[in-house]
Amino acid sequence: MQNARGKAFVFGDDVNTDVILPGKYLNVTDPQELALHCMESADPGFAKKAAPGDILVARKNFGCGSSREHAPLSIKYLGISCVIASTFARIFFRNALNIGLPILECDEAARGIRPGDEVEVDFDSGRITNVTLGQTFQAAPLPPFMQNLIASGGLVSYARKNMGK
Amino acid sequence: MGMTVTQKILAAHAGLETVAPGQLIEARLDVVMGNDITIALAVPEFRRTGAEKVFDKNKVIVVLDHFAPNKDIKAAMQCKVCRDFARENELTHFFDVGRMGIEHALLPEQGLVAPGQAIIGGDSHTCTYGALGAFSTGVGSTDLAVGMATGENWFKVPAAMQIRLTGKPGPWVCGKDVMLHLIGHIGVDGALYRSMEFTGGGVAQLSMDDRFTIANMAIEAGAKNAVFPVDDVCRTSLAKHCRTPWTSFEADPDAVYENTVEIDLSAVRPTVAFPHLPSNTRAIDDVGDVPLDQVFIGSCTNGRMEDMAMAARILKGRKVHPRLRVLVIPATPSIYLECLEKGYIRIFMEAGCAVSTPTCGACLGGHMGILAAGERCLSTTNRNFVGRMGHTDSEVYLCSPAVAAASAIAGRIVSPETLEQGEA
Repeated sequence: MQNARGKAFVFGDDVNTDVILPGKYLNVTDPQELALHCMESADPGFAKKAAPGDILVARKNFGCGSSREHAPLSIKYLGISCVIASTFARIFFRNALNIGLPILECDEAARGIRPGDEVEVDFDSGRITNVTLGQTFQAAPLPPFMQNLIASGGLVSYARKNMGK
Repeated sequence: MGMTVTQKILAAHAGLETVAPGQLIEARLDVVMGNDITIALAVPEFRRTGAEKVFDKNKVIVVLDHFAPNKDIKAAMQCKVCRDFARENELTHFFDVGRMGIEHALLPEQGLVAPGQAIIGGDSHTCTYGALGAFSTGVGSTDLAVGMATGENWFKVPAAMQIRLTGKPGPWVCGKDVMLHLIGHIGVDGALYRSMEFTGGGVAQLSMDDRFTIANMAIEAGAKNAVFPVDDVCRTSLAKHCRTPWTSFEADPDAVYENTVEIDLSAVRPTVAFPHLPSNTRAIDDVGDVPLDQVFIGSCTNGRMEDMAMAARILKGRKVHPRLRVLVIPATPSIYLECLEKGYIRIFMEAGCAVSTPTCGACLGGHMGILAAGERCLSTTNRNFVGRMGHTDSEVYLCSPAVAAASAIAGRIVSPETLEQGEA
């Protein structure tokens, strides 16, 4: 998997799916259109400010609340290359893996990265570098099963393989 | 090592003798459920799996409840995707407007969920069915698509958290107060990744509707699922609603719980969650002066018969405060009809409430009761995040139907006890 590198956008604890992608947009299924509203309730200008490759950083329980896959889709299709958080809410974590949005759990990195810092992520080793400050952090690697899931192209491809398609 | 109820259900569905926390398993599913929001997003993924039909037309359930009756053209297009999918697959349990109710009230009422089952739903509040002793959890649309195609999915066996209930709740205290009290105590990630296993003598003091409300909000503490024991209260409810055979599981005496939280039900007060997290709770005695613009009574959390009865008991012969809008939504057509027969609809309407056909719309800021900037709503729903019910500068407070109904009369948040004393 290719390294990610971009500017950090930093958010706090318990960033929920209503903040990531408000309920009023759940009548939309086009991921490109969802991306225009990404993080709108926390920072209305986020979708305009974030450039492809940028990195979203947050603290504990990122993605709590609803099971709407629209939330990780909006982040992925905005071009965010990785979400780093202290912890992720369960359904969001699963949805992100299933759609191929790279995410890493690392509390030290989540605390040590400031808004605007240049951040590089090496997915193979789980190493996160704050290029601006010259600091490195080690994220917990994903369990092999989940790495396989991503390697086979997400859950649908994994299921196709299981179904012999 | 002994297993919890959740672990036993997962083992049985994975064809294994035992499972342990952290183990990754593939489990067979008894029910796969989705709504107009999540099915619409799942259908393209379902097609991508290469499946021609769903794995079992009797086990895939579709309920058009979120933005139905169609709220706008985009919602209408989404509902059409779901309608076409349901017809193409000849689904036995497809619920459209008129027969549709809010999914988590509707499925137990229709007897479509039962103890011992493994259930996934494209809706985070799918954890509700744990009240019946099932393993039931919310998933996103890709998991939903794969579940519909294969009848299976992968799970990480959760570690467990025990919630031991003792005592008996006081007057006007219901399942909602118990759960808000618990979430206030453990936080919105207090049960992250774990199963919440309810035990103890206090369980028998909770009605089936109380248990549905409690299990419904397990996700608000980050839990994977919640599970209640199958006791006489549960069996009585099943006898009325469920005609399919079922199996119940009991925890081993040496089942391992990562931690235990004790709740004395007699000490729980009517509880309100302040903006903007369900864990930001205060006992009703400490709410202070909170004037309101809107009160909402309904949802998958509190739109059941007991909730309606509680609201009707308080609103009977009274008028809602003139500055308030009050919306009441019975969660299913059967509940609505029973409300009609019992005279509750008349009570609500004479009090000045608007009563509507079932929809999830208001709860998630979709339609039917959106808040403007600066407005404040007291709601029997499950989430009070920023912008949940409308403008990002609006506020949502969560409470029980009793507190909501009493506050609807007072125009500010009050306890039903205050109303009885004639202070409001």
